[in-house]
Amino acid sequence: MALTLSTGSGFWNPVVWLIAIAFVLLVVYLLWRQGEAGYNRGSAQVKPFISGNPEPAKKAVQMPASNLYWGFTEALSGYYARVIPAHTGIVTDYLLWVLWVTAVLFLLVVIT
Amino acid sequence: MIPQFLWDHAPAMAVAVPLLAAFVCPLVGKYTATGRKAWVLLAAAATSALALFTAWRVYTLGTWVYVFGATVPALSVPPDSGGIPIRIIFEVDAMSALMQVIVAIVGFSVILYSLSADGKRSGLEAYYTLFLLLIASIVGMVSTGDLFNFFVFFEISGLASAGLIAYRVEAGRAVEAGLKYFVVSTLGGIFMLFVIAILYGQYNALNIAMLAERMQFTVLDKIALVLIIGALATKAGAVPMHFWTPDAYALAPSSVTALLVVASQASLYGLFRFTFTLYHLSLNAATVGWVLILLGVFSMFVGVTMAIPQKDVKRLMAYHAISQTGYMLLGVGTGLAVLGNQGMLDAFGRMAIAGGIFHIINHALYKGLLFLTAGAIIYRVGTRDMNRMGGLGHKMKWTMIFFMIGALAIAGIPPFNGFASKLMIYESVYLFNPVLAIIAMVVSILTLASFVKVFHSIFMGPQLPEYEHVKEVPAPMLLGMGILALLVILFGLFPQQVVDLLITPAANALLDQSGYIASILGGA
Repeated sequence: MALTLSTGSGFWNPVVWLIAIAFVLLVVYLLWRQGEAGYNRGSAQVKPFISGNPEPAKKAVQMPASNLYWGFTEALSGYYARVIPAHTGIVTDYLLWVLWVTAVLFLLVVIT
Repeated sequence: MIPQFLWDHAPAMAVAVPLLAAFVCPLVGKYTATGRKAWVLLAAAATSALALFTAWRVYTLGTWVYVFGATVPALSVPPDSGGIPIRIIFEVDAMSALMQVIVAIVGFSVILYSLSADGKRSGLEAYYTLFLLLIASIVGMVSTGDLFNFFVFFEISGLASAGLIAYRVEAGRAVEAGLKYFVVSTLGGIFMLFVIAILYGQYNALNIAMLAERMQFTVLDKIALVLIIGALATKAGAVPMHFWTPDAYALAPSSVTALLVVASQASLYGLFRFTFTLYHLSLNAATVGWVLILLGVFSMFVGVTMAIPQKDVKRLMAYHAISQTGYMLLGVGTGLAVLGNQGMLDAFGRMAIAGGIFHIINHALYKGLLFLTAGAIIYRVGTRDMNRMGGLGHKMKWTMIFFMIGALAIAGIPPFNGFASKLMIYESVYLFNPVLAIIAMVVSILTLASFVKVFHSIFMGPQLPEYEHVKEVPAPMLLGMGILALLVILFGLFPQQVVDLLITPAANALLDQSGYIASILGGA
């Protein structure tokens, strides 16, 4: 079939995925249709309700990028403690890495 | 229908047109800024058309040998040359043609985008001169059949890239990034010059086909191979020689960064071309294959894990570019590792190579798109710091949609193009070594996680007061992104057609060393 990608040991047909997406979009549309249509834009009806508390400033509720995946980076702190400092930003260090890798390749390729 | 001069000279013109246009650009710009824009756009369109025509002819009629200065353009070995291909020769096979397609598409899209994104800056004469020089050098690198010419284009690429990276100055930081790139690139150039000296000293030739035919794989040849890998893997941004990449990609203008991705891929092309065509079975395929695989695995893992804690959107994307290069090295490295074993090559090696090559073009499309979306955001909000962004989806809906397409593609989410090539790599590499395939899949999951963070930080959340007056970027920028986004979708929806039309012939060309040699020496 023209749309089926053969990968040697398997296959992939994007049409299946498109049908699945179409089905999900249909469900989303049906749910959306259940919503209240007769609300007043700009009124209290569309403001966030936070248990009666006043809405904080927009900036205060924005989650900055640095706060995301804190748990991931903390769990891998041992790894990051070694890898991040290796990125020194010093160009002579960059050259040393290239030379070190070339030296290792030399041992691997020339000796084997 | 097609003029005769195109049939005869298109490969040379694909380099000559941007080269000539580059040096005329300051002259045109001296008189009229609008004229310069039109000139640059025309040059980019003509170059892309020539590259696409060359690729079409190669895919239709087979390898195209073009000899500069010969009485007949296909006369690679003149009768009085003693059997040596003495002139400058371009040899465009299906692998080279695929790279030309990439340059044609991405080159035109980024120029279109750049004319609007960078149009109000100063120093545009030099900027577009370097831009067109970079395009010419990439086309030259992927077309040439001569080692010394490869070195020349490699150097032009390095010089033009360094100038473009430093273009915005940015209180000296961009200049520093440009200088770092220049120093590292120069080391690669010196390595390549040593390679030329070693091979010419032994074989009295620099034509790749002739060198391949004479290759003995002596100790000196092994040293040359190590230097080739060192130089080209560094320029491709493979870990642990990747350190220049985040600096350069983050600080260059975004349209330049998108083209730098293609320049890095031209180095990757060189790496694959020399290992497969120049050395082929004469090298220890298992050892060199595993070298590429390990570079790929390190690149994938270190790239993605270093991306996650970044707060500079372009630096984050630069680490992802490193990570994606790892997939290409993994796929093609697996094919190289089983090159000497026909059974394994047929069982999964060819598919691994095809997957790696397919990922090259897919990566050029979606990573180019992502860098352009990052540029669009920076164009409007004036910062690369994601901590200072938020809620931009309210005002920049098209940019957000294009970003989503690029992000889903790079994460390997179906039905976008990244999924198709990653699937080919996963399945074929799994048959070679399941652990490698599992690492590749985990890296894809981390890539998705990282781009969820980027999407949330930039586009989601309430509309921030400081960005109340932000609006969508101009139409040419949207058009540049739109071209790439459309191709990301089409390549994802019709992967088998792309594989049949572009990828399988390229993989076969890479494996067919005797065919490459015969195209030059068979014409004697």
